[in-house]
Amino acid sequence: MEKITLLKRKIINKVMLFISFLAAVYGLFWLFWILGTLFVNGFKYINLTLFTQDSGPPGLNIGGLRQAFVGHFIITVLATIIGVPIGLFAGIYYAEYGKNSRFFQALRHTTDIMVSIPSIIMGAVMYALLVVPLNHFNALAGSIALAMLMIPVISVTTYEMLNLVPYTLREAAYAIGAYKWQMIKDIVLRSAKVGILTGVILGVARISGETAPLLFTSFNNHYLSFDLLKPMASLTVTIFDYAMSPYKYWHNQAWAASFCLTFFILFLFLIAKLLLHQKIQFFVKKSKKEEK
Amino acid sequence: MNSLTEKNFLIEKFTKYFLGFWAIFTGFIFPFTIFFILLYESRLAIKHFGIVHFLTSTDWDPVKESFGALPMIAGTLISTFIAILISAPVSIGIAIFVTEIAPRWLKGIVVSAIELLAAIPSIIYGMWGFLILAGVMRNKVEPFLQKIFGPIPIIGKFFAGTPTGVDVLTTSLVLSIMIIPFMASVVKDAFNLVPGVMKESAYGLGATKWEVIKDVVIPYTASGIAGGLILSTGRALGETMAVTFLAGNVPQVPTSLLQPFTTITVALANQFTEADTPLYLSSLFYLSLFLFAISFIILIIAKLMVLRIEKKWKK
Repeated sequence: MEKITLLKRKIINKVMLFISFLAAVYGLFWLFWILGTLFVNGFKYINLTLFTQDSGPPGLNIGGLRQAFVGHFIITVLATIIGVPIGLFAGIYYAEYGKNSRFFQALRHTTDIMVSIPSIIMGAVMYALLVVPLNHFNALAGSIALAMLMIPVISVTTYEMLNLVPYTLREAAYAIGAYKWQMIKDIVLRSAKVGILTGVILGVARISGETAPLLFTSFNNHYLSFDLLKPMASLTVTIFDYAMSPYKYWHNQAWAASFCLTFFILFLFLIAKLLLHQKIQFFVKKSKKEEK
Repeated sequence: MNSLTEKNFLIEKFTKYFLGFWAIFTGFIFPFTIFFILLYESRLAIKHFGIVHFLTSTDWDPVKESFGALPMIAGTLISTFIAILISAPVSIGIAIFVTEIAPRWLKGIVVSAIELLAAIPSIIYGMWGFLILAGVMRNKVEPFLQKIFGPIPIIGKFFAGTPTGVDVLTTSLVLSIMIIPFMASVVKDAFNLVPGVMKESAYGLGATKWEVIKDVVIPYTASGIAGGLILSTGRALGETMAVTFLAGNVPQVPTSLLQPFTTITVALANQFTEADTPLYLSSLFYLSLFLFAISFIILIIAKLMVLRIEKKWKK
């Protein structure tokens, strides 16, 4: 009798562990299906035309996506220029000044919540703030909407990275009479710079793939444009339009563009992960040495 | 010497207030500005439809200028709910695999691969779902499900209708894949916080691995798991592009899993550029306000639960 229950328990154990193994396989299955499809459908349509020509008229098998690549680059870079400093400033304050203040810790938690707020909301807000007053869609509104998405990401990661800097380093700076701003500039930021860079890369990766905030801010454009106050094409919105269209040629271009975009983002993600890994290892080693 | 001290002191003051301003901006002014802009822009619709009528009326008709948000809200809630239902067991399974079973070298690979799922842009999920998965669902999966569940009295109703591939089921499936990384990462972190002593004492009593997971790890991390569930609910609610491709954009409350439907985000994505009257536009802002409020509240709850679990065990 006892032997049977033991056997039963052992079997249940094996079965349940196997099921959780299957769960991991299930997750990986989707990843490989999606990336595989992108590779198979996208890679073969990457050619020079894609990068050197503007969109052709619908239905004809000519044209590329130059305006979308250029527009996407401009919008993302501008968003990064606006978003990174603000996020950095806030993150530094949360970590260095607001550490013991309940008010600023509450603000930090709010920022953390803002990371997960639906991105389409930013689009709606910028539509009200910049598109309606100017009477037409413009690239600037799109950039600011993306910057608004980026600020919380940057400030949360900056805060976490600065927290990894050992407190003894700060005390050493104070001990030789440094002001707080000197300590932050020369000690904290210097030792956390790889971590902060990681945060920036993650932030760029996050906004590079966004479509929803651009739908009704920077809208779309079939021609190359550098005017920030005019509609500007972006890769994501163009992919959306092309994939929804009935033309095979446009579908193929959408796959090619998706391939470029996704693998660019995955590349950023992997770099960030690699940097982060090294950083954490570095501090773990350091604190172990200190303990000795 | 004195002037140098003075200069440093000034820089000190300036740095503090300058950084402090941006901290207050990011954590306070920014979220509140969003809230007030949405509130201000939706004033017309709030005055016109009130709160209860707007949330319970199913009539969304831009021509008659009658706007009721129930189809969108119901669509959002239903698709989110099914997505969570699918992804919760999978995410817990992944967390168990990663923390308890996998050898060290495999652990890192699986964790990174699951994280990559979060890095794929939502438009890619949408396009892949629309051009690839929808076809598979329409031709293979949905007829198969109909054959199995169709004859069963009550459950059969959920599978009524012609399989189109662009419907509640496909949308929820894609949503569930998208939230797996978020949920799995929170649950995994919670599992990692369980003190080794607790597990070892159960092993010492002769428990099997699964019994340790079921009776020690999961009860111990219940609030972390709940936090993960709620966090991913917040994520799924606001998902836009993937859903826009797959929902079909028909403003109706779906009664079957195989019907097209719409959600708050789909309505916003499709109609914002078409809104030609002030009341129409204002109703769309009203929808965004509702979405913002709901996600904010849900994320606060998730945050509080995760904070509680961390406080309890980090000591």
